[in-house]
This record gives sequence, structure tokens and C-alpha cells, in this order.
Amino acid sequence: MSTHPLLEEEGAGTPAAGSEPTRSAEANLSPPTKLSGPIPWVIAILIALVVIAAAGGLSLRNLAENARADLADAVTVQIIEADPNERDIQAEAASSALSAHPLVTSVRQVPQDELEELLKPWLGEGAASDNVPIPALIDVELSRRASAEELAALQSVLDGALEPLGGGARVDAQSQWLRPVYDALSALQYLALALIILVSMATAAAVWLASRSAFANHRETVEIIHLLGGTDAQVTRVFERPVIREAAFGAFIGLVIGLAAVWLLGRQFASLDSGMVGGGGLDLSDWLIIAAIPVAGVLLAVITGRITIGHALKSML
Amino acid sequence: MGFPRLLTADKSPVMDARPAEIVKFDNVGLRYGTDPEVLSDVSFTLFPGSFYFLTGASGAGKTSLLKLLYLAQRPSRGSIRMFGKDVITSPRSSLPDFRRRLGVVFQNFRLVQHLSAFDNVALPLRLAGTDETKVQRSVTDMMEWVGLSHRMQALPQTMSGGEQQRVAIARAVIARPQVLIADEPTGNVDPEMALKLLRLFEALNNRVGTTVIVATHDVHLLKKVPESLIMRLNKGRLSDPTGALRYPPAPKPKPKTQKAGASK
Ligand SMILES: Nc1ncnc2c1ncn2[C@@H]1O[C@H](COP(=O)(O)OP(=O)(O)O)[C@@H](O)[C@H]1O
Ligand SMILES: [Mg+2]
Repeated sequence: MSTHPLLEEEGAGTPAAGSEPTRSAEANLSPPTKLSGPIPWVIAILIALVVIAAAGGLSLRNLAENARADLADAVTVQIIEADPNERDIQAEAASSALSAHPLVTSVRQVPQDELEELLKPWLGEGAASDNVPIPALIDVELSRRASAEELAALQSVLDGALEPLGGGARVDAQSQWLRPVYDALSALQYLALALIILVSMATAAAVWLASRSAFANHRETVEIIHLLGGTDAQVTRVFERPVIREAAFGAFIGLVIGLAAVWLLGRQFASLDSGMVGGGGLDLSDWLIIAAIPVAGVLLAVITGRITIGHALKSML
Repeated sequence: MGFPRLLTADKSPVMDARPAEIVKFDNVGLRYGTDPEVLSDVSFTLFPGSFYFLTGASGAGKTSLLKLLYLAQRPSRGSIRMFGKDVITSPRSSLPDFRRRLGVVFQNFRLVQHLSAFDNVALPLRLAGTDETKVQRSVTDMMEWVGLSHRMQALPQTMSGGEQQRVAIARAVIARPQVLIADEPTGNVDPEMALKLLRLFEALNNRVGTTVIVATHDVHLLKKVPESLIMRLNKGRLSDPTGALRYPPAPKPKPKTQKAGASK
């Protein structure tokens, strides 16, 4: 009579202590992944929100940084004088007076045609004619950001140079009139940061709940596998699988939705093509941060799953 | 109908190096939470290769005692030794090895709902890392013997109570356990099937040397296994009507002849 295969080896009936099945054998034991349930989609929506908030926040940060750099060290000097000749003489005098100032690194008188080009949208073709007097503009770059007193000092240097000529000039510090914009940008940045933190917390909570509910659904199975001699590591691996799959599915969909939204918004802003909005683009490190969001979500799911299963197992003998 | 090939082989050499006792309970008590004890002063010894019935009215504590035995529950007091080791003081990480030497038929089967009948039966083998071709052969063989060849891919919820019970029993015996623990294993099957399953336990006991303990409130069942020893639980206390526990029987009683000696 043939013997049963399990009896061909000595001690075959008592499985070797600590032997572990192959991963594929364990995969056979895993509960099916329910991608149709609400959980992966909740995770997807939250991950999408985090991605959008992060992209917005990073973009605002870049924008604010660029703006600050632009504003930090430049002023514009305006010379309003109807007579073009007078205007040129005054601009010359202003330029040389400013160049002598220690804070000034460069002075550039904006050429007339460039000015006309700039004003055309507002004044029409008439800007080119002499009927409408155009002030002379001098771009002045400073070695650092000027304080209010230093701006006042520059103004008096100008006054000293132009009063003998019977003219006058005004120092326009862009930082002064752009300050509210800059402050608004900072506020928006903090808002984005707060939003990211809140949505991240909600996502963490959702992942946590998902992992716990997945486990609660399978608690009976966990107990059975435990009682049939499954080690803690085996049980954990078996139940990690569906949690990882659900979280990964949700995170991937969330990333796709989030990126699509970011791309659409980016296109809208790009088509504005204004100096104000420019410089808000994302660079490689920003994209890496965004790509890390779904990965962090999945990691969180794994950690939560392990903690939950670990607790439950420890409560079993 | 013959027994599955699993049971037609000689006892494995492992069983010859048997310890003097396979399970020893000493003054074990169990309470759930702050309830009064459901088991009190339970002391007994199970010897390798013996066949035990655990009887008692519903609520007497049979399931509770078996839970201690299959390591689902820690006793509130007393000591439990299995396979020559103190279970209570053994590190948690060593318990899976104890459990893999046990086969359990749970009171309500406890089949894994998302696994087919085949995969449920294969579970102990796969957890133990058995080679997959062996798993396929053993499980197919066992399913055939319990009459479920045509239901191998069925999910538990699509099976009748009797079918589920046979799956549960096949799962309990598939890895040739040293101790088979069965909680009311014949509760959901007709008398004919009950007898057949009992014969399977007997064969496992006789031919492989598995120690068998079957909890049942059905006194008719006791007579069906003449060489069995009987433990009776009454309100959480153990009595010993056959004297088998006080006077340990020979390691492997042969039917009839040794029963008289055992129940002296
Ligand atoms: N998990 C539990 N929690 C609290 N009490 C329990 C629990 N399990 C069983 N009991 C109680 O323990 C006693 C014995 O139950 P049990 O061991 O199931 O007896 P039997 O299997 O002989 O019917 C009963 O009074 C039951 O209510
Ligand atoms: Mg019971």
C-alpha cells in the first residue's frame, strides 16, 4: 500500500519549528482587496487635496521669495517735466547724483521707446507723440534693501541735484507700494501651510480608520490564523497586503487627481503671463515633495496597520 | 470506504519518542473578567495515543477547558504543561510551535470566510511552510475522503452546516497533529456522518498515534469508541468516572483488552 506523501519523511506531520511559507503561499491567505469600498476613494480625495494644497503652498513660497528678491534692492526715480530737453538734462543730473551715493550699485535710465512700449496699453498710439508728456524713469539698483530713512536720504540727494535746475524728482520704492501685496502673499502662504497640516491630519485619520476597519473586518480570520499556529509576522504580512493595496490605490488616484488640478491651475496662471504671478513655478525639489505625499500616505497605512494588528495580536495569547 | 492514505501509514518515528505525558493541568482555574470561576481546581493528565471524551451539560465549561488546551485562553491560576514544557511561562514567540502540533475543530467551525474549502483545509500546511505540491496532494486526498471533492472551490457561506463541519475536521487533521481537540464535532451532521467522522478520529488515534480529545454533550457518542476514556465536567469541576485520569492507562491502549485495565 502506498504511503501518504506526508509520511514519507520523518516527522513530516510535525512541521519544522519556525519554518515559514513562501510569500506566494501567504498571498493565498490574504483577504481580497475591496477597491470598490469607500475607503480608497476617501484616501484618494484627501491625498488629492494635500497635493493641491502643497503645490499651492510651494508655489506661493516661490512667488513670495522672488518678489522679495525683486523688491529688496530697487527703486525707481520719476522725473516729471513737460519739456523733453529739460527732462533729459534733469535725468542726467539725477543719474550722476545717484551714482555717487554709496548705497547705489547701478543706475539705468529707461529708454524712451521702452517707456512708450510700456505705456502703449494705457495711452494708445498717442503715447508716441509729444502731446502727452512722459516722465523720465530711472531704474536704480541698491546694494541692499533700503530703509525708510535711507530712501529719504536718496530723495534729498535728488532734491539737492535738481533744485538748482528748477526741477524735481520722486523716489518710488516699489517695496513700499508692493508691501501689502507681499504681506498678502505671506498670509496666503501660512494659510496654505495650515491647510496642508489640517488635510494631512484628516488623511492620516482616514488612513488610520481604514486600516483599523480593514482589520476589524478580518479580526476573526486573524484569530483563526493565529490559533492554527500562524506567527505574528505571518499574520501581519497576510493582513498588511489588503491595507497596502487599498492605500496605494487611493494614494495613486489622489496623486493623479491632484496633479491634474495643479496642472490646470498652472496653465491658467501661466496664461496670465504677468510679472506679478511669474516666478511661482515649481522646481524639482518641489515636485519631489509632492511625489512624496502619496508615498507617505501608504507608509502611514502600513505603520497603522502594523500597530493595529500588533495590538490585537498582543491581546491574544 | 477506506481511510485516506494519511491514516494508512505506520506511526511515524516521532511518536515512538513519546513523553510520559502530553498534557498536564495542575489546579487550573479560569474566570472571565470578574465573573466567578467557570473552571475550578482542574487537574488531569493526557497520555499520548489515548482517546478522551470530555462530557458535561451545556455551560459546564467544556469549551472553556478546550480553549485552555488549544492556547486561546490563559488560565487565571494553576499550571499547564504541554509536550513537556510549561506553557504559561513559555515566551509568546514559542506558542505557534505548540499550536502547530495541535489540530482543532472549533465549536462553530471558524472557517476563514474568504477562503475556499480547499484553501481552508490547506491553511495549516501552508502556515507550516509545506511544499505546495504536497499541499495539493494531501488536501485533495483529504477532501475526497470527507466527501467534498465536488465542493473544493466552494466558499464556506455557500456550504451546509454539515459540509462546513467536515471542512473544519479535515483542516484539523490535515497536518497530522499530535493532539486533536474537537469541540462538539458531530453536532451538525447526521448520525451516519457523525459515526464516520468519529471513525476518522479513531483511525488517527490508532494508526498515527494522535491523542484525541472530543468534547460532547451527546452521551450516545461515548459508547461508539470503546477504548475511550471519559472526563466529566460539572459546573466547572472535573470528575473522573472511569478512573482513567487517576490511574493512567498504558501509553497506547489496544481496543477492548486494555480498556478494563484503564478503568479499574
Ligand atoms: N468569553 C466568555 N466570557 C464570559 N463568560 C463566558 C465566556 N465563554 C464562556 N463563558 C461562560 O463560561 C461558562 C462555561 O461555558 P462553556 O465553556 O462554553 O461551556 P460548555 O462548552 O460546556 O457549554 C458559561 O457559564 C458561559 O456563560
Ligand atoms: Mg461548548
